[in-house]
Amino acid sequence: MTFMKKLYGAAATLALTAGAAMADPALIYDLGGKFDKSFNEAAYGGAERFVSETGGSYKDFEITSEAQREQALRRFAESGFNPIVTTGFSWASVFEAVAPDYPDTKFVTIDGFVDPAKHPNVLSILFAEHEGSYLVGMMAAQASKTGTVSFVGGMDIPLIRKFACGYAQGAKAVNPDVTVISNMTGTTPAAWNDPVKGSELTKAQKAQGSDVVFAAAGGTGLGVLQTAADEGILSVGVDSNQNYLQPGSVLTSMLKRVDVAVFDSMSAGSDLETGVKALGLAQEGVGYAMDDNNAALVSEDMVAVIEAAKAKIIAGELSVHDYTSDDTCPVLDF
Amino acid sequence: MDKMPPWADAVLVPVISLLLAAAISSIVILAIGENPIEALNYMIEGALLSSAGWGQVLYYATNYIFTGLAVAVASHARLFNIGGEGQAQLGGLGIAMLCLFIPFPHWTLAFVFAIVAAGLFGAAWAYIPAVLQAKRDSHIVITTIMFNYIAYALLNYMLVNVLRPEGAMEPASGNFPDNIHLPTFQEMFSYGDTILFRSAPANVSFFLAVIACIGIWVLVWRTRLGYELRAFGQSESAAKYAGINPARITIIAMLISGALAGMMALNTTMGYSERLVLNASEGAGFIGIAVALMGRNHPVGIFFAALLFGFLVQGGTELSFWTSIPTELIVVIQALVILFTGALDNMVRMPLVKLFALGKGDR
Amino acid sequence: MDSHISTPPALELIGISKSFGPVQANKDISIRVMPGTIHGIIGENGAGKSTLMSILFGFYKADKGDIKINGRHTLIPDSQAAIAAGIGMVFQHFKLVHNFTVLENIILGAEGGMMLSQSLSAARKSLKKLADDYELNVDPDAKIEDLSVGHQQRVEILKALYRKADILILDEPTGVLTPAEADHLFRILDNLRREGKSIILITHKLREIMEATDSCSVMRRGEMVETVKTADSSPAELAELMVGRKVLLEVDKVPAQPGAPILEIENLRHVDEQGVERLKGIDLTIRAGEVLGIAGVAGNGQTQLLEVLGGYAHATGTIRVNGTELDLTGKLSDGQSRRANGIAHVPEDRHHEGLILPFTAWENTAFGYHHDDRYQKGILMSNKAIKQDAQEKIERFDVRPPNPNLAARNFSGGNQQKIVVAREIERNPEVLLIGQPTRGVDIGAIEFIHKQIIELRDKGKAVLLVSVELDEIFALSDRIAVMFDGHITGERLATETNAQELGLLMAGETNTQEAAHG
Repeated sequence: MTFMKKLYGAAATLALTAGAAMADPALIYDLGGKFDKSFNEAAYGGAERFVSETGGSYKDFEITSEAQREQALRRFAESGFNPIVTTGFSWASVFEAVAPDYPDTKFVTIDGFVDPAKHPNVLSILFAEHEGSYLVGMMAAQASKTGTVSFVGGMDIPLIRKFACGYAQGAKAVNPDVTVISNMTGTTPAAWNDPVKGSELTKAQKAQGSDVVFAAAGGTGLGVLQTAADEGILSVGVDSNQNYLQPGSVLTSMLKRVDVAVFDSMSAGSDLETGVKALGLAQEGVGYAMDDNNAALVSEDMVAVIEAAKAKIIAGELSVHDYTSDDTCPVLDF
Repeated sequence: MDKMPPWADAVLVPVISLLLAAAISSIVILAIGENPIEALNYMIEGALLSSAGWGQVLYYATNYIFTGLAVAVASHARLFNIGGEGQAQLGGLGIAMLCLFIPFPHWTLAFVFAIVAAGLFGAAWAYIPAVLQAKRDSHIVITTIMFNYIAYALLNYMLVNVLRPEGAMEPASGNFPDNIHLPTFQEMFSYGDTILFRSAPANVSFFLAVIACIGIWVLVWRTRLGYELRAFGQSESAAKYAGINPARITIIAMLISGALAGMMALNTTMGYSERLVLNASEGAGFIGIAVALMGRNHPVGIFFAALLFGFLVQGGTELSFWTSIPTELIVVIQALVILFTGALDNMVRMPLVKLFALGKGDR
Repeated sequence: MDSHISTPPALELIGISKSFGPVQANKDISIRVMPGTIHGIIGENGAGKSTLMSILFGFYKADKGDIKINGRHTLIPDSQAAIAAGIGMVFQHFKLVHNFTVLENIILGAEGGMMLSQSLSAARKSLKKLADDYELNVDPDAKIEDLSVGHQQRVEILKALYRKADILILDEPTGVLTPAEADHLFRILDNLRREGKSIILITHKLREIMEATDSCSVMRRGEMVETVKTADSSPAELAELMVGRKVLLEVDKVPAQPGAPILEIENLRHVDEQGVERLKGIDLTIRAGEVLGIAGVAGNGQTQLLEVLGGYAHATGTIRVNGTELDLTGKLSDGQSRRANGIAHVPEDRHHEGLILPFTAWENTAFGYHHDDRYQKGILMSNKAIKQDAQEKIERFDVRPPNPNLAARNFSGGNQQKIVVAREIERNPEVLLIGQPTRGVDIGAIEFIHKQIIELRDKGKAVLLVSVELDEIFALSDRIAVMFDGHITGERLATETNAQELGLLMAGETNTQEAAHG
């Protein structure tokens, strides 16, 4: 508790300013909480890796309301944490208000975008989710025997449509006649944590012929993976490697290496380079997961097709359409 | 009849309830190996011993005053408006459309129009369940809950497809113009080099909430409409006898209630985020039910109950900043307070009533 | 009676006292009830009768005193103990589960045994026996909600008897019954008495005491004033004991001087929400300075007639007040416009219509008249003006306690009714509608309220009185109309008819002319 007390004293008196002795990093999770088995939890995993590999320490905070975003950022900045990492795309406007007040503190927004010209102390880390989804879409279409694959999204927001659109493009690239079914769990934040609804959607999609389901839905996805295993069809996990959750039923996982982003940012400490970092296939920020759990499901031929496409994307010869660039998807209607 | 003096009813019951909630919370905190005294210390220091802390408390309290009053007005007419969430979100939509599409020369003018817009949108959202109740006897609890979901979906649609700036990832509207920024407490109360309420979200809407308290008190206890509202709430058959139209009162009560809930968005949307975000109501519509319950549907009670809940939220934030008490347990502590002050009210009241009866008997 | 001397009383209460805070509800009460007798307990509302019975049934614990049953000291800490001691209670408000059958209600709480069917068939047998023995016929498989009030009461009595009650307490049992149902009840009680059961009858109706009881205790303000042999007493004596002073049981009035018609009703029809026609073409005229009494068994359209006249039920036909036709279906058919037309209304049910019970007396003073100019101050209501008006009315009508800030529910029935009557009569209406003016009202207040009605009549106003108490109809009315099944079956001058003729009309027999004159 002595450490905590010191911290507390520092905060209360506002005596410490940025860049002071205790330059520990801090991590703020988005609404949905630390243990969402998905995005936020991946960030937590990266932070824990930082602790185990570097012996450092960090402080984290789970916001429970919109008003806490600014409060938490300021509280940590005033207490001398550096850098301060946030997860989720809802932080951009808060950074614009807070970052200028703490020029010596480095801020990291994962999934958010803040103009580096105006805010030189902010690092925006963006992932090319459409590229990773494209690859798992190819894998799904190859594995499908029915010629129908499907997608279960969490809350219906552009980011999730970006996943869905990339997935559909990949599937069509392998088999132009493939049918892609897409469903969103809901329109409220509750859609991130509704495994029952996820399960129902999976059953409905199976009834429509789908035999591979890609879940990009946070905690809802757990219900999708479970039901797919129960129903004897394949599923695709998201964000972290979820192959182990239902071994032999999860075809692969679309990796979005939030953990790496968090680990790298924390490890860089106050020397963190700011600006905009786009993490695509080339940077290994996104990808697909292969391990013992899905080795039997994926043939070498399948991998070869995917690797070829991956190389083309990295080389710039193949461009996957990003839904959020113009809010349209050429192969899928929402 | 056996009755307690009014001061005991208004002060003693809530205080004892709070102490009980605090006692059980302490056991919870002890059980996970933290020190409850220290925890309370963090809550008090972080929420009450600095103007910045107060700025947070008053910001939350503003939300709860509006939603608490909304619940109270409806329940005086024996209508249970659980639709505060949806009405508040619609209020936010009204404000956003106004602020984004109409250029205002000054914030004062924008504020006045925003009050009207928030009230109208909130009231409109309450109007449909009200009419369904008044004319078709559809239960208002069910319809208002359903309308919360419809509001979520509508807001989501508007934010994703209509109000979201091109290329933005977040389902939120663009920022409102700078010139209609509402004065925050920091801007209003800082002087010279002394900065008060540093970067706290509390803003001028708080004063509107206070005015709303006074207005609702006058409305309910000093006007004919309020008289009819209360009479109808106590006895519908008697109201009919007196020539009070039940459908009319139901609709009016819900319109006022919805307007109040809608005005909550002035604080969150116009005063704080200065753009419309998803879920801007932050559950205040539901906390308003507990606030009204604890405040005995009286504006003065609601004001203090709202302050208490504001303190709990801000204190809870401070707790999770500086201790390792998990967020979930902080929610448990807040829930305990709601449980004791709201739901278990009679558990404290009954023994007290008996105690007072005994005291009188001995004299 | 000599044979009883050696037998101990079935029930003996000795020195029972109970207070609630400063209020002494029972003060040193002693009663003896012999087996095979009906003992009446009579007293005004608030005299402490219900408290005493609640102590006997284990709801309250007495501060002092003893209870002896069949000569043995008995402690009754709760209602289970009371039942075990052989006490059965029939409450004023029945405690039945409405969507259960009669049989299910009777065994409820006394199922006995694992399987429901066993106890059901056993209960069916004993029910049959009870029904035969005491004229307690009820269909055991009928749902409670389908039964009339009188039958529901029989189920309550059966419940008590099924639990082997020897002492049966009935709290105001006839308050909700038609005269015929009441007669049947008293026949049942008589049968029970002959079987050796002891019955305690709590009532405030002198006639019931005189007709049904063997002995009678009079309570006043928590004290037992006197216990008398009914045969040795008289209604006047009992009334005096109850109220503490001499009471006029007859209303003192001069013959009416009817003037021009004020209220004219033609072919009035009303269909209720269930689609049942409740008023089937009513024609009535009430003149200035006249009281028209509507007699009839409850539920024959009297309530609907008052509701239509009071503006809160729609109807077809014509109603005129001083020649002005009233709106019966549109926007102006509400209580507000009726009041504007000079119709005041003391409703049948003061708890659900006439008063807002949680409101204070002064708030109730403005109820229905809250739009009156004298209660306004700009856009606000002038609470000061209302309070002042309430204070004056309370003084003039002798409402007790004279505290306008007290909630209406804290007044006794009679004083509640005085608040309503004061509010309606004090505005000097052209027409006064008054339904069951003295239901649940104590004798002292009845006298006062009757006087007010006659005074209004004598000012040249029209009064429409609806009452199920024939005594009251006769005492107040100048003319009497009888309602049966939504029709007026006959109109008579009060001086030219009698209870027998009205009884025939009340049963729907329109051809009484020859019978009455023959």
